[in-house]
Amino acid sequence: MPLDLLDPPADTSTDSEYLYTLNFGPQHPATHTTLRLILTLDGETIVKAQPDIGYLHSGFEKLGEDLDYNQYVTVVDRMNYISPLANEIAWMTAVEKLLGLEITPRCKYLRTILAELARISDHLLAVGASALDLGGLTAFLYAFNEREGIYDIIESASGQRFHPSYVRVGGMMNDITDDVVDKVRAFVPKFQKAHADIARLLNRNKIFLDRIQGVGVLSREEAINRSVTGPVARASGVVRDLRKDEPYLAYPDLQDSFKVVASKGGDCLARYLVRMGEMAESMKIIAAAVENIPSGPVNVDVEGKISIPDKTATYRSIEGLIQHFELFMWNRRWETPVNEVYGANETANGELGFYVVADGSGKPWRARTRPPSFIHFSLFPMLMEGHQISDVPAVLGSLNIIAAELDR
Amino acid sequence: MIAFDWLTLLIVIAGVIAVVMPTVGYLTLAERKVSAWVQDRLGPNRVGPFGLLQPLADGGKFFLKEAPIPRHVDKIFFLLAPAVSMAIALVALAVVPWGGTQPPPDPVATQGVEPAAVVQQYADTQGGYAKSFNGVIVPGLDVGVLVVFALGSLAVYGVILGGWSSDNKYSLLGSLRSSAQIISYEIPLGMSVVGVLLFSGTLNLEGIIQWQKQHGWFVLFQPLAFLLFMVSVYAECNRLPFDLPEAEQELVGGYLTEYGSLNFGMFMLGEYTHMITTSLLMTVVFWGGWSLFGLEDRVTDPIWGAVVKCLILVTKTGFFLFLYLLVRWTIPRFRFDQLMGLAWKVMIPLSLLHLLAVMLVRQYSLSNWVLTAISVGLFLAAGVYAVAFGTGPNNAPRRRVISSPSPPVGEGLGVRGS
Repeated sequence: MPLDLLDPPADTSTDSEYLYTLNFGPQHPATHTTLRLILTLDGETIVKAQPDIGYLHSGFEKLGEDLDYNQYVTVVDRMNYISPLANEIAWMTAVEKLLGLEITPRCKYLRTILAELARISDHLLAVGASALDLGGLTAFLYAFNEREGIYDIIESASGQRFHPSYVRVGGMMNDITDDVVDKVRAFVPKFQKAHADIARLLNRNKIFLDRIQGVGVLSREEAINRSVTGPVARASGVVRDLRKDEPYLAYPDLQDSFKVVASKGGDCLARYLVRMGEMAESMKIIAAAVENIPSGPVNVDVEGKISIPDKTATYRSIEGLIQHFELFMWNRRWETPVNEVYGANETANGELGFYVVADGSGKPWRARTRPPSFIHFSLFPMLMEGHQISDVPAVLGSLNIIAAELDR
Repeated sequence: MIAFDWLTLLIVIAGVIAVVMPTVGYLTLAERKVSAWVQDRLGPNRVGPFGLLQPLADGGKFFLKEAPIPRHVDKIFFLLAPAVSMAIALVALAVVPWGGTQPPPDPVATQGVEPAAVVQQYADTQGGYAKSFNGVIVPGLDVGVLVVFALGSLAVYGVILGGWSSDNKYSLLGSLRSSAQIISYEIPLGMSVVGVLLFSGTLNLEGIIQWQKQHGWFVLFQPLAFLLFMVSVYAECNRLPFDLPEAEQELVGGYLTEYGSLNFGMFMLGEYTHMITTSLLMTVVFWGGWSLFGLEDRVTDPIWGAVVKCLILVTKTGFFLFLYLLVRWTIPRFRFDQLMGLAWKVMIPLSLLHLLAVMLVRQYSLSNWVLTAISVGLFLAAGVYAVAFGTGPNNAPRRRVISSPSPPVGEGLGVRGS
């Protein structure tokens, strides 16, 4: 049999000849939740990073269409399990905007304190995890010690540590006790000490700085173009903070007690420093707010027909009894205006907004979430190109991606 | 003098292994306790008083767990790798002088002497030394330091075999990193010891201790060499900040990714034994081994003398092991290019300069303290240079990015939904 003589193949030695693909996740120690990155590598250098989301899809938004405004709080909790309270409060911002409800001053202060505690808790995890991902476990555990303190405060306020489901339309599940105030007061100095510990351990650590300085640089223009918010944007020089720009809750009263932390660096180091700075500022807000909590009811008035009346009102007044009855009949409840609103809060990761479309029934017709992580994760391929595999955890940690928020 | 025959040899080997193996176990416990202490935790405290039986429980777990062997691995090398890793780490203990009972004889001169005379002379001096008990498994080994280094470089085989045979990208990346790292750090490691050898004039570890006993510890005269040695040794052991081969957050487990049960346990054992060996080496080469300001000479009985020397040696070694643990829990890890930069741009030039200084001091018979000054001066000069002319980290993207349009999702890169 004669041999078939073939032409030599054309020289197609392009990049694809020696590039290879590495699946980073969905199960991987550095993707703290189930993220998947498809990395195209040249040796250890990343040529292309492609995020692939959907591994934690739980249909949260769809669930929101089948749960009433109070029930959806429990689901919103699970979107960002690092700082659930901030999510609840953001959700209620949208709902109360829809209902045109003005909550009581006491409730505003309580929500502000809790939101700031949630911010600290989130930043602690982000800072700790960014150190952990570079091999420094100690800073991570220092951070987690303080997170325990925050959990204790949340537990004594709401009875739940992790997913408190504490916020209700028009108020809170219950008022706090003096115990909570004492705990917050005690937490302030304790936290400042731990904050200084972490700063001492990392801020001047040559290896840590060399690993994150100049890695994953996000320019100011790019940050604005891609609608980046929160610490990631502020680290790139976009000084926008809803607490200052569009104050909500008790922030109008507390404007003097905090500053917006921003940096021009745009790299992982800047994001780390901004988070560290924001924690210190949050602490000032808490210290100022906890001394000024107004007295009075925590829930809106019974006349509003929104919040569940307390026992006395239920048993001693006809309005209270009727309202209690109506709120607990599944087909009565309250009516909403037919309207669409967008309400957003400055949460730890950035602007967390909810777009609620109400059709007049007790449930939202659409409960769209604007999660900061989703937008930040879309930056990832751009930030990663040309860097090393070792920089993947550094950048991921500095963006603080929460997978449940991506796949809500 | 106690005769050193086969029976004694076996007893010493069994003794050393019987001591080192549990030490490795308790080193893991110590690691966890120290990390707990550093991090405001309690650490293991469930098994036995203060968790003291934890290593037993861990060991039992290693034995009892199923040893999964994935179907895609190269079975022979996959199983060989942990064995190689552990065996090599254990063999290096053979030359450690735990506590000598008599000074070693000078090396036999071979030039210009009849071969028969050499043999005779060897039998008279070295042979006699080798036949008496000297608290070391291989007495009178004139190439002691070289043997340790040779075995240390062999250790990379365990890593390479494990990573390659696992047939896993993470494992392969880990083992490639490891081989590059170990080869790079061998150079400053060897170079920093050459300075010591130029002074002591012998490769025999016992001989190096004898020199230090007479003249003072090497760490006093060559602090920079000790520093370079210590840093290199951390890299050789794959310990933080040099634990890139198994960097958990980047490469999952590196070359250990596919290993489980006793195979993993053997790798761990090898790694921790390596730590013990290198700590012993630091003690012997730079910190005077079993000598401690003449304390060891107070006891004249050879057996008790050996015991006292052994205790001194173990105490010093324990300090370095503690340092290992403390460093691990304090600082983060390097990136690979930074690691290589440290070896090639900082440590190798420094060790060369230091070696030059040692040669000059030896050549002109200057005081040893001159070398101390030079050593410290070099270190300070390097620091000043780094601060004055250092350019900071080079973290800019390193590679041209593919400009071609990325393939649509679902094609090419194995995205779901295709």
